[in-house]
Amino acid sequence: MSVAGITVALVQAVVVLVGSPLLLGIMRQVRARLEGRAGAGVLQPWRDLRKLMRKQPLTPRGTTEVFRMAPLVLMATTLAVVAVVPFVTTAAVPAAGADLFVVVALLTLGAVALALAGLDTGTAFGGMGASREITILALVEPTLLVGVLALSVPVGSTDLGDIVTSTLRDPGRVITPAHVLAAVALGLAVVAETGRLPVDNPSTHLELTMVHEAMVLEYAGPDLALVELASAMRLTVFLGLWATLFAPWGIAGTTGPGAVALGVAVFAVKVTALGAGLAGAEVFLAKLRLFRTPELLAGSFVLALLAVVASFFFG
Amino acid sequence: MNAVGAGLGVALLLALAAAVAAPLAPRTARPAVAGAGTALCGAAAVLAGVAALAGQRLTVELPGVLPLTGLTITVDALGGLFLAVVGAVAVATGIYAIGYGGPDGRGVQAALPLFVASMLLVPVAGNVGGFLLCWELMALTSLLLVAAEHRRRDEVASAARWYAVMTHVGFVAILIGLVVLAGHAVDDSFPALRSAGAQLEPATAGLVFVLTLVGFASKAGIVPLHAWLPRAHPEAPSHVSALMSAAMVTLGVYGIVRVGFDLLGGGTPWWWVLVLLLGAVSAVYGILQAAIATDLKALLACSTTENMGIVLVGVGAAGMFAGAGNLLLAGLALTAALLHVGNHSAFKTLLFLAAGSVLHATGTRDLDALGGLRAGMPVTTAAFGLGALSASALPLGAAFVSEWLLLQALVHGLAVGGVATAIVMPLAVATVALTAGLAVAAFVKAFGVGFLARPRSAAAARAHESPPTMLAGMAVAGVACAALALAPALVLPAVGRVGGALFGAADPLAAGLLVVRLQGFTGSLSPLLVAGAVLVGTAAVALGARLLAARSRDRTAVRLWDCGAGPLSARMEYTATSFAQPLQRVFDDVVRPEQDVDVTHHRESQYLVDAVRYRLRVPDRLEHGLYRPVLTAVAAWGRLGARLATGSIHLYLGYGFVAVCGLMVLLVAIR
Repeated sequence: MSVAGITVALVQAVVVLVGSPLLLGIMRQVRARLEGRAGAGVLQPWRDLRKLMRKQPLTPRGTTEVFRMAPLVLMATTLAVVAVVPFVTTAAVPAAGADLFVVVALLTLGAVALALAGLDTGTAFGGMGASREITILALVEPTLLVGVLALSVPVGSTDLGDIVTSTLRDPGRVITPAHVLAAVALGLAVVAETGRLPVDNPSTHLELTMVHEAMVLEYAGPDLALVELASAMRLTVFLGLWATLFAPWGIAGTTGPGAVALGVAVFAVKVTALGAGLAGAEVFLAKLRLFRTPELLAGSFVLALLAVVASFFFG
Repeated sequence: MNAVGAGLGVALLLALAAAVAAPLAPRTARPAVAGAGTALCGAAAVLAGVAALAGQRLTVELPGVLPLTGLTITVDALGGLFLAVVGAVAVATGIYAIGYGGPDGRGVQAALPLFVASMLLVPVAGNVGGFLLCWELMALTSLLLVAAEHRRRDEVASAARWYAVMTHVGFVAILIGLVVLAGHAVDDSFPALRSAGAQLEPATAGLVFVLTLVGFASKAGIVPLHAWLPRAHPEAPSHVSALMSAAMVTLGVYGIVRVGFDLLGGGTPWWWVLVLLLGAVSAVYGILQAAIATDLKALLACSTTENMGIVLVGVGAAGMFAGAGNLLLAGLALTAALLHVGNHSAFKTLLFLAAGSVLHATGTRDLDALGGLRAGMPVTTAAFGLGALSASALPLGAAFVSEWLLLQALVHGLAVGGVATAIVMPLAVATVALTAGLAVAAFVKAFGVGFLARPRSAAAARAHESPPTMLAGMAVAGVACAALALAPALVLPAVGRVGGALFGAADPLAAGLLVVRLQGFTGSLSPLLVAGAVLVGTAAVALGARLLAARSRDRTAVRLWDCGAGPLSARMEYTATSFAQPLQRVFDDVVRPEQDVDVTHHRESQYLVDAVRYRLRVPDRLEHGLYRPVLTAVAAWGRLGARLATGSIHLYLGYGFVAVCGLMVLLVAIR
């Protein structure tokens, strides 16, 4: 990895770290306005994080290292993904590591760490959240990997840099049936992975419906701040990945300061637009029953499979 | 004599010496003698295997060992790979067995080194007679070990019966297949079989392949011949489970590769489509059973079915690519499969040994009664955690590397063989993906419910750490897991050469210590860098969080959120059953759980409930559907036969007389 590569990775990390709570703020604000509320303002997630960071760290009795390490691992895996994905420029992708399978698996590793922490508490809520999260995770995995397959077949590589570069070179590919189907399938997978409606309601604390929130119920203070921040970053990363794969325009081809600055700006615009769109759609959606979710995921899997077939026969 | 011969000879001599010495030793010293002998034998075998992988060859003919055919020992690279795998598993389990105790009867202790020796002989046997002898010896010694505790528990006898029948059905299938093949060759040596296999008619070759596939698949625990695995593995002593699941089962894969690619020369594409489909079904079905299992060792046994399924997906894909003419890709797929064999052996040894320690400490395998083992058994908990990470195809784990290679082969193979691969490959990718997802669920359950949280029973609360030799055995397996996960380059060039050599193709990948790069395709992976990034990231985040949380840095222990209603009891915890309930419900149509709800009403009024009893059983549905009719038919046949056997000698003499007369008449009629 060159100096430019490390610089770009750091820039991406800082942008996602600083920007993801803002994205969350924007999404909540959009929702609030659409529902006729004033909203707490775009900066509210950052204020919450500051408040939590100042509190005393607490450890529930009977929990092990797994509980204390999970937020760190969640954060670290997300940061590792942010460092290698070409959000801003394709010129600084490391030679090994920006593989789509690796990226997907790293994000899964973070979720698994948090699920283990949920089980580690030994409370009914923790176990329930972990069980539900892992069930959804297991069912999303086929969609994700088959979607990756559909995208990588025309390129002949699962490397993110190669996929993005080849889409930039041949923009017509974005409207091929394979690409459109894969976009819808992976879009649903992103919604499920990030715990948004209709799979999970991020603003609920009702035991019948909680998934993610139940799992992290025992966290408090700085640990909770880390979990919240990492979850916001995961949302940004998933939306960013989707944008990078299906709308790669604006991603720079060099590592010059101007190109990187433009890339950062375009990335922010894309992710904000996607986030606002998602938040707007959520106003009109109700949460699916947990046992209806597999139907949604099976649908997305079929779309991903169709995308592969389409990429073979029409691509 | 070269290093291969020396290593193999020393290994076999050590095993024999241990088998003789263990029964003679005093009762308390028997496990130590047998275990140490097994471990040393394994170490010598590893050396022999490594030498064979490095390019040394060995051919020894021992005509006097077996009447008619003799025994030929031929060590090539493929045999060397399995020699090394079996030897490495034997090292870890041998050390572990020293302290495990368990049944200390003479026969059982002598059977352990003999079992390892016969497993070492299977991949190096160079003729049909010798191969079948070693195969049967392996089945018999392992059967003795499975049945070791039959006096203590009734289930052991039943498990041993299942295993005996299944393994012998498989043996008969292999026997017929190889004899049909040998019938077309000049003698029963593998080189003769090779030249005969090349000229065989497709129909005969197909018959040979299918027969041997049935036999080898039954050994590898492939659906629908997997029924013995979830029975025999849990009931055997844990180090024997490890040997069976991590070493013996992989020899089924060896058999398929040896017969299919080597002796029969690759055959026709439908063979490999069949292998791939069997593998895919086994992978998903096995891991689904693991995800809803509540018996820790049964979970691991089902996961063995899953992993062998993944290996067969790779083997099948390799056969399809070779049939389509893309030898490089075939080499890559086979390399992925063989690497997965090695990875599976490493983590399954570790997991079974850790499960054995849990059984040793708590006396139970039931996940619903475990939990909270972190406090009493920190090393075992760490070992199982490492094994679970390695098994669940997540980065930093060993299986991730091999499954990544397999996925790369499948991705690049989509366009290789026309419509057939275009339909099969996406399904194979989906299978691997679903398997990976469910494996995560199964191992999060096993580790999270079994080891973390609070104890769910008094036995789990009293758990204590195992003796040092058992920990040392786990440490050997753990180091192997970590090495395979972080630096697959240590073994990948050798494995790649085996894969490439079978197809006469170049090495499918270039493995540097840092980066594994595919040859001829774009694709690279750096397990060490990924691990480094995650570890550095974790450290950086920990540091950053500590700096930012300026005030009151000391952690305070507080009570769990209990809604203010007093301390939570263990009965309020999520159990393995409840953890798996959503998955079980999602796959309701596949697993068909049996649920009974008994509501006992109050005597005074039926509107008042006195007690509710809920019972859930998840029977193996395939077993239910396939084996039950066969068993019923056999039993009916037996009852029919019993009617003829009344116990009267006169009647039996009469049967004999009638039979002889009938035979005479028949002879007269056809002559």
